Amino acid sequence: MKLKERNILLGHGSGGRMMHELISDVFIKHFGNEILNEQSDSAILSVGSSEISFTTDSFVIDPLFFPGGNIGKLAVCGTVNDIAVSGAEPLYLSVSFIIEEGFPFNQLELIAESLASEAKKAGILIVTGDTKVVNKGKCDKLFINTAGIGRLKMKNRYISKALNLREGDVIIINGNIGDHGLAVMNARESFNFKTLVESDCASLNHMIKEVLDKYPVKFMRDPTRGGVATVMNELASKTNLGIELSESDLPVNKGVKAMCEILGFDPLHIANEGKVLIVAEEKEGLKILDLLKKNILGKKSAIIGRIVNEHPGKVVLRNETGGRRIVDSLTGDQLPRIC
Amino acid sequence: MKFVDEYRKKDLILSVAENLRAISRKEIILMEVCGGHTMAIHRFGLASLLPSNIRLISGPGCPVCVSSQLFIDKAMAYSKIPGTIITTYGDLIRVPGSSTSLEKERAAGSDIRIVYSALESLEIARGNPEKNVIFLGIGFETTAPATAATIIKAKKEKISNFFVLSAHKVMPPVMKALVEEGVKINGFIAPGHVTAITGTSIYNDLASVYGLGVVVSGFEPADLMQAVLMLAIQMESGTPKVEIQYQRVVHYKGNIIAQQLLDEVFVHSDDSWRGLGMIPDSGLKIRENFSSFDAEKQFTVNVPESVEPKGCICGQILRGIKTPEDCTLFAKKCSPSHPVGACMVSAEGTCATYYKYRS
Amino acid sequence: MCLAIPAKVISVDGTTARVTIEDVEYTASLLLLDDVKPGDFIMLHAGFAIEKVDPQEAAETLQLLLDMEKNLPN
Repeated sequence: MKLKERNILLGHGSGGRMMHELISDVFIKHFGNEILNEQSDSAILSVGSSEISFTTDSFVIDPLFFPGGNIGKLAVCGTVNDIAVSGAEPLYLSVSFIIEEGFPFNQLELIAESLASEAKKAGILIVTGDTKVVNKGKCDKLFINTAGIGRLKMKNRYISKALNLREGDVIIINGNIGDHGLAVMNARESFNFKTLVESDCASLNHMIKEVLDKYPVKFMRDPTRGGVATVMNELASKTNLGIELSESDLPVNKGVKAMCEILGFDPLHIANEGKVLIVAEEKEGLKILDLLKKNILGKKSAIIGRIVNEHPGKVVLRNETGGRRIVDSLTGDQLPRIC
Repeated sequence: MKFVDEYRKKDLILSVAENLRAISRKEIILMEVCGGHTMAIHRFGLASLLPSNIRLISGPGCPVCVSSQLFIDKAMAYSKIPGTIITTYGDLIRVPGSSTSLEKERAAGSDIRIVYSALESLEIARGNPEKNVIFLGIGFETTAPATAATIIKAKKEKISNFFVLSAHKVMPPVMKALVEEGVKINGFIAPGHVTAITGTSIYNDLASVYGLGVVVSGFEPADLMQAVLMLAIQMESGTPKVEIQYQRVVHYKGNIIAQQLLDEVFVHSDDSWRGLGMIPDSGLKIRENFSSFDAEKQFTVNVPESVEPKGCICGQILRGIKTPEDCTLFAKKCSPSHPVGACMVSAEGTCATYYKYRS
Repeated sequence: MCLAIPAKVISVDGTTARVTIEDVEYTASLLLLDDVKPGDFIMLHAGFAIEKVDPQEAAETLQLLLDMEKNLPN
């Protein structure tokens, strides 16, 4: 990170390259350790004879209410999914509120209702929390921080570590990309586009459990801020293998595709909140695909690419007209405060 | 998407390429002068489909890239005036000025907002009567009419807190300047949407005086390939002329209403193009009778002497003389996350495009 | 910045038109274009309709390209 950048920019929080630089150059530099340095969304911890998955998240989304959900629903889904994609079964959440003075009670009530309803759907308990109120102007309406714990079976312990990936392994996603980011951006900006696109915000733990109970999975991650492109780049870099994605196989909602054409965005860089990327051996991958498609949260599942030996560390997209191009991690800030 | 997907079919593109290979023999250099074309050529990998005797080069087609540092620095200075809201197209937000960028100023507390349409800017002015709203007018003839229409609307509705800082530019003078400078070009792939506004007469001199072929092209890969084919046919038969490939949108006369609005609000003036220097009659300045909307007339700011970053060869890249790979900073010191020159920051800039689509 | 996209006109209301691109709706300004009717296609750029798309010309261009495919030399 260039030291001449004296202030934090919005890009530092967007989940892409700038944020990774910030984490390495400031946080890991000062309090890194073996576990933290893995920079997984969830930390895998040994506590006595048990293995647990532990994660934390903050939600600063603007606006608080958007098509398909609100900050409360998102807080549960986001945390549950972080644990679930590490291979663990989410059990307990903590929820802390930082509330701006003057925030309306009825909105807080609606958010609490959503938190409760999503927690029930996900089958988890909110067991502890905290509440702070700050002066007007000192925080934007409401921020929520969560932490989550899940129980991890030994056989799933290595899922987030991306070990044993080989050429030919397939990459699966459970549905349309870009919905969440675009739905939120549309609700927020003054651009005035009306679209049916809704956030895909959903708790994926039940669907993921079904898959893990039946089939071996080599790697999973949820493509939130920074989108599919960022997760794929992290994976390619971590494993020093290449990744080839196929543009024609990417499931994208028509409305999202249109908005991306109009505004010049790339769906691969847009945040998702109800999606998981799964890497598995090809044979198993085909069976996983079938299983996902039977689930309401996986109807549009597709194999979007594979692991290759060529161009190690890089992600390449084969496009509809036969050309190939490199897909980078998101740089800077495409859509701020998306989650 | 209708009128888009049909022109992206792989088989169509490849068949035009086949036809090109069959008829094109002469060594020709074709220049495109539109960021949208630069992007499409790279996104769909079209250069690799052309026979080796045809070379495509990118010219100064990115309005963000060619906006002078002075303009960016002025915008930055305006953003620091208390009670000011700066509104801009998203493309401009990360372009580096002499010492900072709009994005950085926003981080430091200035009220800078991205808009999709100039009319949104007017709405912001209407909704914030106690603030001064300055719209950054960048773009060529495709976009300038929108600014003109918005200024006229502001005058009609007596909105007195709306201003425009114009960096709008027009294409033909820079195209002529490049040819007169001696940049080796046999033909131009002309910008489809600019020409939809201006009509084709602006290119007549290029054909009749300079003997260059000009084909107005659409933005889908099949459009561009067909435009290259039309130019190749012109070259092979030695008959350079002005033609329209993009017939579903472009008429020879252009959009008369838009031309009239442009003329009503703007006057041509000498303008400085980043990397290229002063080009006569190439800029659009706001006329006297609309001076109450002209940010330059209404606000005085001190801006530092513009300094081009060391090692940056954007100027030569914009002329098509060098490519990004020739630049010592490319993909090392200068990348989309840390851009040095404008060609890298703008999503349509030649360097950003090369970086994004590098193989 | 040259980004313009074909959009279908759903309704016209004085100097604005409701247009759709797939299922995305937008209220475009008609200050630069007149004689626009529901069912027309326009090119949307930075919030304005800048020109109409001529379906006849579009079909002809497409046909020309398809013919090229059929009549490839050798």
